[in-house]
Amino acid sequence: MEIDPFIFRLSIFILSIFVGYYVVWSVTPSLHTPLMSVTNAISSVIIVGAIIAALAGNSVNVFNISSIFGFLAISLAAINIFGGFLVTQRMLAMYKKKKKDK
Amino acid sequence: MLSANLSAIFYLISGVLFILALRGLSSPETSRQGNFFGILGMIIAITVTFLSIGNFSNGFIAVLIFLLIGGLIGAYIAYKIPMTAMPELVAGFHSLVGLAAVFVAIAAFLNPEAFSLGSPGNIKLGSLIEMSIGAAVGAITFSGSVIAFLKLQGIMSGSPITFKGQHALNALILISIIVLIFYLCSTQSSNLFWILIGVSFLIGFLIIIPIGGADMPVVISMLNSYSGWAAAGIGFTLENTALIITGALVGSSGAILSYIMCKGMNRSFFNVILGGFGATDQSEQDKNREQRPVKSGNADDAAFLMKNASSVIIVPGYGMAVAQAQHALREMVDTLKKNDIKVSYAIHPVAGRMPGHMNVLLAEANVPYDEVFELEEINNDFVNADVAFVIGANDVTNPVAKTDPQSPIYGMPVLDVEKCKSVLFVKRSLSPGYAGIDNDLFYNEKTLMLFGDAKKMTEDIIKNIS
Repeated sequence: MEIDPFIFRLSIFILSIFVGYYVVWSVTPSLHTPLMSVTNAISSVIIVGAIIAALAGNSVNVFNISSIFGFLAISLAAINIFGGFLVTQRMLAMYKKKKKDK
Repeated sequence: MLSANLSAIFYLISGVLFILALRGLSSPETSRQGNFFGILGMIIAITVTFLSIGNFSNGFIAVLIFLLIGGLIGAYIAYKIPMTAMPELVAGFHSLVGLAAVFVAIAAFLNPEAFSLGSPGNIKLGSLIEMSIGAAVGAITFSGSVIAFLKLQGIMSGSPITFKGQHALNALILISIIVLIFYLCSTQSSNLFWILIGVSFLIGFLIIIPIGGADMPVVISMLNSYSGWAAAGIGFTLENTALIITGALVGSSGAILSYIMCKGMNRSFFNVILGGFGATDQSEQDKNREQRPVKSGNADDAAFLMKNASSVIIVPGYGMAVAQAQHALREMVDTLKKNDIKVSYAIHPVAGRMPGHMNVLLAEANVPYDEVFELEEINNDFVNADVAFVIGANDVTNPVAKTDPQSPIYGMPVLDVEKCKSVLFVKRSLSPGYAGIDNDLFYNEKTLMLFGDAKKMTEDIIKNIS
């Protein structure tokens, strides 16, 4: 008997929920805003699907109805990836410890 | 061209890097490294996708162009956005993730061969279910986030919009989504697919309009969670582990944040989602409000009190950010510290418009993060502090939450400000806060009200101390 690959993906999914649960509880509350912006950025890994959709058209015609949706999704996800990571970077750079000499 | 197994390994690596990115946020010291891991994971995922397609024809250039356009817009926004506008930004970004999920699902539905999911009109059943769930959740995320964005930006009124039969209508639409997915799977009809997306847009819109402005922290966290589940749904369709792992991480992260926010307000999740809070009968409360005496003072009195204190706790709220008083506040604290007064900041979980918002605003004003404390960490210190300086906060200090079971905020965790030897309360007027209830602290004999603009008042106090 073979196991459906779906079951493997489901296992990864369920285990990741648990990993996420414990990792996120360990995030310090003062960093909850950067947490949201960084989760925003990483969820845009959906760009992977967008790239496949965009390049899947036949080589004669780059733009067809389904690849256009792919191209649009690439731009949307790219806004998020660049915007999300950069704004997180900007916020995290502001978190400073007390200066000793003061 | 990369083999399917090898690319799967790389996707797994980028998934692990994303986990490390979140792990890094457990302390500010490791957080920057964590963000770097996240960027690395993203680069790996995108590169592997290109390599596994191996189709470097003219389409590749077009992909790069679209990537660059999006990237430039994103980078521009990231550098320009003021920190007070973070909630709007995050809501806006959520809507983009949702819309991208919808677009990818549409592309997969129109051209399933590209993802090896079957042929149009004959898509594998499992994939069809996954992509319709991905599309529906994505659409809900999109329209919900757009409404949240409009409310936060002030384009749309923050007051809840309710009408008769609202809950019944929402329930009906949710059931119709399930029925639609069922029929879509048995008929493979593209019309049903479009209707499903349309109806999902509609429900996202309807779910968010009844929720008031004060509940936006919960809404943003909830939409954060939705965007994760949408990504996971698409991840199942595309059989991509990086997407499945990320979707699960983001989904649970948003869910935890919503839970923390609900607990901070002592309200159940359903209570928030069903909405209408803040629409309570204001006029009746106004009638019942007796005229009570209030002590009010000026910057000189405040400066005198604080100069003679040995420890001061600052309680900032969103009003401080609205008045742009955070820099002036930090200057005031610097002056106090020069006079050997111990100063710390107390932050309530729902201070600000999104989780952790106040911390970012203080960090921007160069307040060291080790002087900023969460409610549980600092609440016992109020007893020993000489002065509590409340600036822009209101409901989160209201002792009624501990004493009056009739109060709508009863049971909400509040900062024990009234235990301080004296309380300074910077506020424009005696008007009630978001919860629409009177704050007992105003009338406490220890309290000195400082009426005026938060920024101006703080600057005046600085002048009087030095």
